[in-house]
Amino acid sequence: MTDLQKLLIVIPFAPLVGAALAGLLGTKFLGNVFGRRMSHTITILGVAVSFALSLYVFVKGMYGADVNFTLYTWLVADGVKFQIGFLVDALTVMMMLVVTFVSLMVHVYTIGYMHEDEGYNRFFAYISLFTFAMLMLVMANNFTQLFFGWEAVGLVSYLLIGFWFKRPTATYANLKAFLVNRVGDFGFILGIGLVLAYFGSMDYVTVFKAAPGLATKTIEIMPGTAWSLMSVTCICLFIGAMGKSAQFPLHVWLPDSMEGPTPISALIHAATMVTAGIFMVARMSPLFELSNTALSFVLVIGAITALFMGFLGIVQNDIKRVVAYSTLSQLGYMTVALGASAYSVAVFHLMTHAFFKALLFLGAGSVIMGMHHNQDMRYMGNLKKYMPITWITSLIGSLALIGTPFFAGFYSKDSIIEAAHFSSIPGSTFAYYAVLAGVFVTAFYSFRMYFLVFHGKERFDDFHKDHPHDAHDDHAEHHSLAKGDKPHESPWVVWLPLVLLAIPSVVVGYLTIGPMLHGDFFGSAIYVAREHTAMKETTTMFMQHGKEMGMAMHGFMTLPFFLALAGVVTAYVFYMVKPEIPAAIKAKFQSIHTLLDNKYYLDRFNEIVFAGGARLLGSGLWKRGDVAVIDGLIVNGSAKTVGWFASVVRYLQTGYVYHYAFAMILGMFVLLTFFGLRK
Amino acid sequence: MNATAPFLSIAIWVPIFFGIVVLFVDDKNAKLARSLALVGALAGLLATVPVMTEFVAGTAKMQFVEKVLWVERFNMQYYLGVDGISMWFLPLTALITVIVVIAGWEVIEQRVGQYMGSFLILSGLMIGVFCALDGALFYVFFEATLIPMFIIIGVWGGQNRVYAALKFFLYTLMGSLLTLVAMIYLYTKSGGSWEILTWHTLPLPLEAQKLVFIAFLLAFAVKVPMWPVHTWLPDAHVEAPTGGSVVLAAIMLKLGAYGFLRFSLPIAPDASHALDGFMITLSLIAVVYIGLVALVQEDMKKLVAYSSIAHMGFVTLGFFMFSKIGMEGGIVQMISHGFISGAMFLCIGVLYDRMHSRKIADYGGVVNTMPRFAAFFVLFAMANSGLPATSGFVGEFMVILGAVKYNFWVAFLAATTLIFGAAYSLWMVKRTIFGDIANDHVRALTDINAREFSILAILAIAVIWMGVYPHPFTEVMHASVNELLAHVAQSKVGK
Repeated sequence: MTDLQKLLIVIPFAPLVGAALAGLLGTKFLGNVFGRRMSHTITILGVAVSFALSLYVFVKGMYGADVNFTLYTWLVADGVKFQIGFLVDALTVMMMLVVTFVSLMVHVYTIGYMHEDEGYNRFFAYISLFTFAMLMLVMANNFTQLFFGWEAVGLVSYLLIGFWFKRPTATYANLKAFLVNRVGDFGFILGIGLVLAYFGSMDYVTVFKAAPGLATKTIEIMPGTAWSLMSVTCICLFIGAMGKSAQFPLHVWLPDSMEGPTPISALIHAATMVTAGIFMVARMSPLFELSNTALSFVLVIGAITALFMGFLGIVQNDIKRVVAYSTLSQLGYMTVALGASAYSVAVFHLMTHAFFKALLFLGAGSVIMGMHHNQDMRYMGNLKKYMPITWITSLIGSLALIGTPFFAGFYSKDSIIEAAHFSSIPGSTFAYYAVLAGVFVTAFYSFRMYFLVFHGKERFDDFHKDHPHDAHDDHAEHHSLAKGDKPHESPWVVWLPLVLLAIPSVVVGYLTIGPMLHGDFFGSAIYVAREHTAMKETTTMFMQHGKEMGMAMHGFMTLPFFLALAGVVTAYVFYMVKPEIPAAIKAKFQSIHTLLDNKYYLDRFNEIVFAGGARLLGSGLWKRGDVAVIDGLIVNGSAKTVGWFASVVRYLQTGYVYHYAFAMILGMFVLLTFFGLRK
Repeated sequence: MNATAPFLSIAIWVPIFFGIVVLFVDDKNAKLARSLALVGALAGLLATVPVMTEFVAGTAKMQFVEKVLWVERFNMQYYLGVDGISMWFLPLTALITVIVVIAGWEVIEQRVGQYMGSFLILSGLMIGVFCALDGALFYVFFEATLIPMFIIIGVWGGQNRVYAALKFFLYTLMGSLLTLVAMIYLYTKSGGSWEILTWHTLPLPLEAQKLVFIAFLLAFAVKVPMWPVHTWLPDAHVEAPTGGSVVLAAIMLKLGAYGFLRFSLPIAPDASHALDGFMITLSLIAVVYIGLVALVQEDMKKLVAYSSIAHMGFVTLGFFMFSKIGMEGGIVQMISHGFISGAMFLCIGVLYDRMHSRKIADYGGVVNTMPRFAAFFVLFAMANSGLPATSGFVGEFMVILGAVKYNFWVAFLAATTLIFGAAYSLWMVKRTIFGDIANDHVRALTDINAREFSILAILAIAVIWMGVYPHPFTEVMHASVNELLAHVAQSKVGK
C-alpha cells in the first residue's frame, strides 16, 4: 500500500473514529466519559483532518483515474469480487472537498446551535458518522460500496431527522424519509442487480469499459418484448437517485425532514446527502450516455421537480420549509443538467449550491436562534437591525441562489439553462421552459423570505397576540421570543461558518467555471457521447461571450436575469410596499392556494393509497388468510374434523352384542355380494 | 485429515451431558443449576472452536467424519461429518445456547435446572442434526429436538402455552412423518443403506423423485416455515419464553432449510428442478404476503415471528434459483437471521420482563428511560430491515442480485423486502422506542443491566462483524455449494 493510498484511507476513517469515540464514550451508552468539550473537539478534529487531507490531495493534484485501489475483499460470490475500495478522480476529489468543508463548517456551527441541547454529544457523533458514510459513498470504486454509503447516509439521516425523538412530528418524518428512500433503493438495487447480471462485475472501471459493447443489447422483461438493457438499468439506478435526491414523486420526504435540527438540514438535506443521486448519475455517465430513453426520463423528472417544487416554496411560512422547497427545486435543476448530458454542469451546480444553500440554511438557523426557535416568518421582520452578520450573509446566499451575475449560482444555473436549451433529448423543450420559469419563481420566494425576515416591520409581538394562551405557558419561551424581547446576533461559532460559506458562494463560480465546465478538469471521470452536443455548444457560447467575465456581463442582458429581477421586484412590491396584494391574490385564487398549501395532495395520496393500502392489505391477509382460512379452516379445521369423526365413530361402540352381530352379518353380506359379482 | 479427535461427538454430547446433569438440580440449588448450565454452554461453545479452526476450506468433502455401526440389524450408523454448508451452524448453535442461558439467568425462577437442562440438551440435539450423515440418525435428532422445545413452551410459556405447544408439536410431527416413509423407501431402494451420501447418488425415476421431494418438503417446509404451513410459528413464539423464542428463531427454523440442502436437492435433483417454480412462488409469497401481515401486527413477538417467516422466504428463494450467489446468499441469510432474530427476541424479552406486555400500544418513548437498550434495539431493527454493514444485508443482497439474473420479476418481488422490512421494523421502533414517555409504566423502566448488556453486545458485534466482513463466512461455503450445484445440475433419472 502506497503512502497516497494510506493517506486517502485516513480521509473517510478519521471522522468515523471521531464518531465512534463520541458516540460510545460521549453518550449514556458506555457512561458519559467525555464531556461536551471533548466530544466536539474530537469530532471536529476528525473532520478537520479529512478536510485538510482532501485539500492536500486536491492541491497536489494527487488524483486521477489511476488512483484506484482495493482496501479489502468484502465477499466473493460466484467468482465475482465484492470489494471495498477507492477511486479518487477529479469528480471524487471535488465531492470530498465539498463534503468535508461543509461538514467542518456545520460541526463548528453546531457548537453554538446545539449549545442547550442535552443530546449535544450524540449529535456530534451522528454528523461525524454521516461524514464518514458520505465520503465512503463518493470515494467508492464499485457498486457495492456505493450502495453501502448510500444506505448509511440514509441511516444517519433517519437518526438525525428523528434527533428530537420526543416530537411525534420528528419520528413521523424520519420514518417517512427512510421508507420513501427505500422505495428509491428498491429501484437502485434492481439496477445494481442488472449490472451484475449482464456485466459480471461490481467494479466501476470494468463495467464502464464493457458498457459500449452492451449498448444495443435487449432483454425480455415482459415475455415477447425487447427492452434496451441500458435503458432499464439506467432508469432503475435513477429511481435510486430520485429517492435520495428527492425528485418528483419521491420528493415527499424532504420537506418533512426539516423536523431535524437545522445544522443537519444544511449538511445532509441541502449540501451533501441529497446530492448523492446527482453525483451517482454523473459517476454513471458512461452508462446513461448510452440510453437516450433514460436521459429523457431524467430530464423530464428533473424539470417537473425544478418548477413545481418551486411553486410550493411560495406559500410556506416556515423559514426552513421555504429553503427546503428551494432545495428541491435546485435539485431539479441539477437533474435537468444530467438529462441534458451536461454532467459537469450538474456537479458544478451541486458544488455552488452546496455552499450557498448550506449558507442559507445555517443563516436560517441563526435567525431561528435569534427568534428563540420560532420559525414562522410572519412573526419576524427587520432582523437586519439585530443580526447584521446573519443579514448580510443571507443576502449573499439569496443573491447566489437566484443567479445574480458574478455570484456562484449565476454561473452554474445559467449553464444549466444553456444546456437545457441546446439539448436535443426528447423533453428538452419542456425542461428549458421549466428551468426558465423556475428562475422567476426562485427569485420570488427567496426574496419573499428575505424581505419578510430581514426587512419591514418588526412583528415579534404579534406572536403573543395570535397565541394568547401560550403566553402564560412557561414552555412558550422556548418557541418564541418573550414579550418585548429583541433578537440578538448569534455567537461567533455560528456566524463564522456563515462568513466562511459566504465567500465561496460569491467567488467559487467565477474561479472554477473555466476548468470545471469548459476545461478538462474532470478528464475521463465524466463521459459524454459525441452525439450529445449540448455541453459542447455551451462551451462554444462561453468562449464567444468572453469566458468568466464576459459571461457575467452578458448575463445582465439575458432573459434569466430579467426574470430574476422581476421576481425580486414582485416580492418587494408584495411584501414591502403593498402587503395587501398577496392577501387579495390568495383570496381570489383560493383553489390554487389550497392546492399548493396541500403540496398537490401528494402526501395525502401516499398516506391513503400506499400506507393505508398496505395496512389494509396486511390486515386482510392476516385476518382472512392466516387466521380464518389457514388456521381456522385447515389447521383447527382438521383438528375439529378428527374430533367430529371420533365422536361419530364412538356411537359404533355401543357394547351390545347384538349390534356387533348385526354389523358382522351386514359385513359378511356386503363382502359376499362383492366377490360374487366380481366373478 | 483434520480429525485428530472426535470433535463433532464432543460438540454434540458435551451440552447434552451437562444438560442431563443440570436437569437433576432442584430449585433449592438454583444458583448451582445456573452456574453449571453456563459452564456446560461455554464448554459446548468451546467444543465447536476446533471445528472452526481446523476446518479446511476449498474441499467439498465431509470433514471430522466419525462412523460407527449403531443398529446392526438395519445397517444404521452413527455417522457424522460437516461440510461448508453445515459448519457454521455448530458454533452458531453453541453461541445462541450460551446467550439463552445468560438471558434466563434471573428471569427464570421456577424449575431452573429443568429449564437450563432442556436448552443444553436441545443444543446438542440440534448440533446433531447438522452433523448427521446417516438418515436414521438425522431423523432421530430431528424429531428429538421437538421434545425439549415442546416442554420449554409448555412449561415456561405464557397463558395460552398448552395450545401453542400442542400446535407446534403436532404441526411439525405431522410434517415429518412422511419423511420417515421416504427414508425407508430410500433405504430399500439403495439396498439397505441409511447413508445420506449414498442416497445422493441413487438413481430414481422422476415420479419417485417427486414423491420423495414432497415427503421431505412437508417436513422441511413446516420447519422453515414456508407459507402456507407457517401459522404455528407466531403462536409458538408468542407463548414461548424468551429463550424458547430465541432458539426457535435462531436455530430450529434453520433445521428445515438445512434439510433442503442435505436431502431434497441432492436426492431429488430432477424433482427439484421440476418444482422450482412452485418453491420460488411459495418463497415470494412469504416475502410479500408475510411482509404485509407483519406490518399490521400489534404484538411485538408476532411481528418478529412474521418477519422471520419473510426472511426465511429469502433462504428458500436463494436455494431454488440454483445459482451460487443465490444459494450462498440463502445460507448467509440463515446464519445472519440466527443473530438478528435472536437479538430481536431478546430485546422484546428485556421489555417483557419489565412491563409484562408485548403489545406495541403499551409502549412509547422507551428511549427516554432506557437509552442503552434503545441503541441496541434500533441497531437490530435496522439489521432486520437489511441495512448494509449489518449481517441482515449480506444475504438479502446476494439473493436479490442472484434473482435479477434468474428472472427480473422474481427479483422485483423479492426486493420489495427493502420497503416492507423497513416498514414493519421501523414502524415498531417508532411506536415503542421513540416519542415522549407514553405512560407511567414506561416512566418506571430501568435500563438494561450488565448481564443484558453483555448478551446484546455479543450479538451486536456479531451482526456488525458479519455485515462488514462476510468473506470468512462465505469462503468456507464455496466448495460445498459448487459441488452441490454441480450435483443438482445432473439428472438422476436415466442413470
